[in-house]
Amino acid sequence: MMQQTKRLLLDNDSLLTGKESNMLQKTKRFLFDNGPLLTTIVIFILLYLAGGWMYPAMQKPQVFFNLFINQASLLIVSIGMTLVILTKGIDLSVAGVIALTSAASAALLANGMSPLVVMPLMLVMGIVFGLTQGWIIHFFKVEPFIVTLMGLFFARGMAYIITLSSLTITDPFYRYLALTKVPVPLFEKAYLYIPSFVGPVLLVVAFYLCYFTRFGRMVYAIGNNEQSALLMGFPVARTKLLVYAFGGFCSALGGIVFSISLLSGYGGYAPGMELDAIASAVIGGTMLTGGVGNVIGTLFGVLINGTIVSILQFNGTLSSWWTRIGVGVLTLIFLGIQSLFYMRKKHS
Amino acid sequence: MKNNTPLLKRMRESQLFWPLVALILIFIVDAIFAPGFFKIGILDGHLFGNLIDVVNNAAPLMLVAIGMTLVIATGGVDLSVGAVIAISAATSTVLINPALGNELITNDILAANTTNTPLWIVVLVDLVAGTLCGLWNGFLVSRGKISPMVATLILMVAGRGIAQLVTNGQIMTVYYTPYWWFGNGFILGLPVSIYIVAIVFVLAWLLARKTSIGLFIESVGINAKATYYSGISEQNIKLFVYTFCGFCSAVAGLILGSYIHGVDANNIGLLYELDAILAVVIGGTLMSGGRFSLMASVIGALIIWTFTITMYTFGVPANALLAGRAVLVLVVIILYSDYTRRILNKFSERKGVQHDATNEAPAAR
Repeated sequence: MMQQTKRLLLDNDSLLTGKESNMLQKTKRFLFDNGPLLTTIVIFILLYLAGGWMYPAMQKPQVFFNLFINQASLLIVSIGMTLVILTKGIDLSVAGVIALTSAASAALLANGMSPLVVMPLMLVMGIVFGLTQGWIIHFFKVEPFIVTLMGLFFARGMAYIITLSSLTITDPFYRYLALTKVPVPLFEKAYLYIPSFVGPVLLVVAFYLCYFTRFGRMVYAIGNNEQSALLMGFPVARTKLLVYAFGGFCSALGGIVFSISLLSGYGGYAPGMELDAIASAVIGGTMLTGGVGNVIGTLFGVLINGTIVSILQFNGTLSSWWTRIGVGVLTLIFLGIQSLFYMRKKHS
Repeated sequence: MKNNTPLLKRMRESQLFWPLVALILIFIVDAIFAPGFFKIGILDGHLFGNLIDVVNNAAPLMLVAIGMTLVIATGGVDLSVGAVIAISAATSTVLINPALGNELITNDILAANTTNTPLWIVVLVDLVAGTLCGLWNGFLVSRGKISPMVATLILMVAGRGIAQLVTNGQIMTVYYTPYWWFGNGFILGLPVSIYIVAIVFVLAWLLARKTSIGLFIESVGINAKATYYSGISEQNIKLFVYTFCGFCSAVAGLILGSYIHGVDANNIGLLYELDAILAVVIGGTLMSGGRFSLMASVIGALIIWTFTITMYTFGVPANALLAGRAVLVLVVIILYSDYTRRILNKFSERKGVQHDATNEAPAAR
């Protein structure tokens, strides 16, 4: 009896304010679906505001653009990583491929090869590298994390075989790319370098791939449940290979950007960048269990990473190891948030 | 069953078989191309030679591999072992050279043959620090329900930062000679580290094979849910293995710090998580958990270092070795994969032999 009355009342309520509650429901649903992403964006803004409040020099627009300059290769690599994680895989080889690309391109350029040949060559190398990893992972059913770990070893080792010390790049084209400042419209004295545009462009491409192509939906389907994706007749093998190839491509692209920004090549470059990339993806709301997340979040993950670094730089007295601790703690917090959202989704 | 299966097959199905074959293969290569490899001499009353080097260098890796085997047997993985090594070694050296606070310590203190705390407290703090790290990992995995890879990744990222924080960013050198003993001393002509490994190994072996814990670990690895429903606290088992892995890493940290007479928080135990996983994988324990063999993992660690030192004798630069090692391990992993096993079994089994019962039967340990 009571329940019936209650339901009646509820029905009445919804009848009266049908439109409003619908709106409310929609916003609620939107907030619910994009919870982790929105949290990431809010945290980024808060972190940046806190930085600007503590160090007034951080309020300059150039500091914001520096994030894109300094984190250019991390952004590129993290985008590739996000796609791989979406299929429930992982790619630990990214830093190795970056180092290998920088060393190989430096060596080739030193031997007088044209940069217009070197760059495509490096990209092809990255794709082949990723493809091989994907092939071993898929057909031999080896854990992705082991295979890509070996990829990391292998790539770094190859880079050391190419050169045991740092090679300088003196190629005029690379120098042109590295040193040309592009003024940012609307902001005075703010500038970017040419390589810092690669990341955002790739982001748009990856976003399109994820949401507007069959390939993207396949990636999410495999991440959610590979078995059912296979049973539904999706080309699981092809998609997985393509995802790892894309990961390798992103790493090689990141490596090119990295070598342009440092104008040198060495096998020891970018130590631990795979962790930064994974952390960026996780902070951006990508679930390591696959199938949930998107590349926009990854952008903010990278930006948060960069903001921590620049706050530390502005502080001056804190040492760089706080970056690692900060990123670790943030990752932990976000895992907590994710599991909270995930559990609620499961219950509802 | 034991009597029915032929000896060769029983050997082939033993988990120790393939690692031993690999080790022997490397030894054969050594015997052909570098005969001096097996030379063992006596210097200052203890043995020296390449083989002793292998064993001494592999000791920390063997320790970490023992802990890692148990973790992997539950279907998890511990990526933080390198960072735990750094943390535990850093905390112990900080007690020898007082580096607490914000002041940088002078060279005089760093180079003095004195200690600020008794050695037993140093060792104890080292072990406790590592065990606490393991406990934290275990807590995240078992109670926090975070996937092992991610949970330990956090400490892997943050751990070296913590170690830097402890040592104040300084490289701690230790000239307190009793501390050197763990990594450089000799008992009856053999390195001390070997005895430490033996003690930890026996401890782990007793736990795993003489109590039911080993069985529980395997059952968690095979099916955690079923284990839970049969009344075993799956959470506590997980908590235990991660804590034990932290303990093993702490012992490894003690030996490593003592071996190089100091601690550089950025570099000590670098890439140990990778090597330890490789050792376990070479030992034939599956990454998905289940059946494990401690001895096979120890042999895996030996293989890695025999291979490394062999390459050094051939004059391969240390850094370039990475690529070779990666290929070696990939080949091993592919050999172990189900796909290859199926092909191998097809070749080795004669037609008409019944192969349903014997194929599925667990191998003799």
